[in-house]
Amino acid sequence: MAVGDLMQASKHTQGVVDLQGDTRPLAIEARGLVKSFDGTRAVDGVDITVPEGAIYGVLGPNGAGKTTTLRMLLGIIDPDEGIRRVFGHDRPHDVGRMIGYLPEERGLYPAMKAIEAIAFMGALRGLSLEEGRTRGLELLERHDLLHAKDRQIRQLSKGMAQTVQLLGTLVHRPRLVVLDEPFSGLDAINQGKLERMIRALAEEGVTVIFSTHVIHHAERLCEGVAIIAGGKVPYAGSVETARDRIPAQVRLETRAREGGWTAALPEDTRREGDFFYFPLPETGVEPLLKSLIEGDAGILSLSIERAGLHDAFVAIAGEAAARQLEADSQG
Amino acid sequence: MENAASPRLSFLQAAWVIARRDFIAVLFSKAFFFFLIGPLFPVLVGGLAGSIGKSTAQQAISLEVGVAMSAADTSALLSAAKTLRPQLGGSLPVLKEIKDARSDASFDAREYLASRRGNFAAIVTGTLAKPQIVGTQRQVDRWSGPIELAAATALQASPSTFPSARADIVATSASSERKTRIHTAQAAQMVLFLLTIMLGGMVLSNLAEEKGNKIIEILAAALPMDAVFMGKLFAMVGVSVVGIAVWGSLGFAFWTVAEDAIVTVTQTNYRELPGPAVGWPVFVGLGIVYFSMAYLLLGSLFLTIGGMASSVREVQTLSMPVTMMQLMVFFIAMATVADTGSSLELFAVAFPLSSPFAMLARAAIEPSLWVHAIAIAWQAVAVLLLVKGGSMLFKRRVMKSGGGGKAKKPLFGRRKSVSGEAAWEPAE
Repeated sequence: MAVGDLMQASKHTQGVVDLQGDTRPLAIEARGLVKSFDGTRAVDGVDITVPEGAIYGVLGPNGAGKTTTLRMLLGIIDPDEGIRRVFGHDRPHDVGRMIGYLPEERGLYPAMKAIEAIAFMGALRGLSLEEGRTRGLELLERHDLLHAKDRQIRQLSKGMAQTVQLLGTLVHRPRLVVLDEPFSGLDAINQGKLERMIRALAEEGVTVIFSTHVIHHAERLCEGVAIIAGGKVPYAGSVETARDRIPAQVRLETRAREGGWTAALPEDTRREGDFFYFPLPETGVEPLLKSLIEGDAGILSLSIERAGLHDAFVAIAGEAAARQLEADSQG
Repeated sequence: MENAASPRLSFLQAAWVIARRDFIAVLFSKAFFFFLIGPLFPVLVGGLAGSIGKSTAQQAISLEVGVAMSAADTSALLSAAKTLRPQLGGSLPVLKEIKDARSDASFDAREYLASRRGNFAAIVTGTLAKPQIVGTQRQVDRWSGPIELAAATALQASPSTFPSARADIVATSASSERKTRIHTAQAAQMVLFLLTIMLGGMVLSNLAEEKGNKIIEILAAALPMDAVFMGKLFAMVGVSVVGIAVWGSLGFAFWTVAEDAIVTVTQTNYRELPGPAVGWPVFVGLGIVYFSMAYLLLGSLFLTIGGMASSVREVQTLSMPVTMMQLMVFFIAMATVADTGSSLELFAVAFPLSSPFAMLARAAIEPSLWVHAIAIAWQAVAVLLLVKGGSMLFKRRVMKSGGGGKAKKPLFGRRKSVSGEAAWEPAE
């Protein structure tokens, strides 16, 4: 889709759209979060609400403010302005046992054994060491890492170490799991495993919020998403609503190149080679079909393509942000 | 979902999790093993040197007096010396027959001493009735009396038995007692200071591992930073106590074996050290408490510095002012030992960093105990304040993400550009 079409088609440029009609209690509620570092506003008025049990994505390019936002939500840093509540508590540490966190910068004590690392992370969240070890063994076995339980972290491959850290995030069975760029550094197989794990958590009623600069992860997993760019959130709401901001596009291929039937096409129709592209009319495509048939256009193919999250991102955040996002995901 | 009754760990529980991990990790590390045995080498070398020095000194300073009398007189004199030795001990020289004199009628004692033959401090010639001592003025003055007594005993002109004197020790004067207690106070302060400075340095790099391995973010997300700080401090206090216990045990074993050498080298008879005013058991207990407080106070400063520094060089640079300040307050505490109640001494008691040293000195000099309860409580409050302040500073300066490409300035040094949202510069 041409950027111009998207920008023209977008009905909204900025705003918060809650997950409408959602009656679930909120796991996370943030209003007007602001954070500055050395005079630079890293986060400038972020609003996010995440209902319990949802899978929620924070989508944006590097430097947009994703990590800063997540760290404010977790209480690692305090916002300069705004409010944040986690399970209704103003101080996230007050519900520390209910939260699991995987930071973007992975890190464990290198000399620690894998099983001890998992148990330690559980202990940070209130689990006894013994219980942490027991559960850690179960998790390692489930993820085919039992053979590595007594290996030191520095002896593990990067992927294994990341998995161990992820298991440490989940060992205490939190109600809220926050993952900062969890897919970063994973191969395709492990990315798939992680996606399945996230879905399984949500099915158990766990709220999962993760940041990413790869759109298709958010599109596949999330029911809600906050698009963040330049420290602002031009959109926060359901993925479906974001996609619906951009009208579906019709792609038409005809045998005839010219003819009276072209007058039936919408004014903003764009032609590229043998194809015509135009937004789906509000009256639907049926009246147009009648005109095309009667006008002997010779329809070869007709498809209606719903806008993807990438298209919505471009329309909402702008082309520059979209390009940066693309570059980050490839880099 | 499974959760405990309380959704959060208490402050002490949180500190305990950190303390347990750190304590075990440090205790079983190779670095700690070498840290433990490090100070033993100079002590061992010093002890050996003292023993050798003592032995050499004893050999060089001769306590032998040669006897160049007739055979009968020589034999009688040596026998008399043997009889007197239990009563006179080291004040009676070791008498040794000069065999050369017996076979040489023209034996000249002066010439014999001048030619440095043998190792005699002096030579006795003449007869038992008129003994003659040949030697320097100092040696003659020193040995005349004992030689005369030995000669008299040989002639049976002195008593053959001596009455045994009964000992009745009396207390010294008040001023003398205070003076000696001041020495105890100063010695205790010195030990406390050395232990604190030596062991406190371990805290400097305590947060470096977490920062370098990026695990600090996991800790900060799970626990309040002041609980993390407190846990680390308690862990290092525990490690220090283990270190002191090891050194103390080895030191006691060494003392048992080489007490004489230590006394010779240090010129101090530790058995005669005056007791503190509160008594030794309470004094040792207070010493342990004040060591812990001094360590926690200095350690909280070092922990903050180490946490905020972005490189080893910065750690060393920033820790120097703190170390100098610690030296200064220690000197103040030492200087005011003899002026209990003076304004400077009260300042030393009140100022948190000098308070443990000043109070330990008070325990040596004055018997009252209630002041220690107040002082310990005040020091504990100071620890909490320092930990809180340090953790807030750490959170504000270190626990932040970079501004997407904006240059980030370390505490000292040139700006380094960071990309994305890196949390901090990894430790060098």
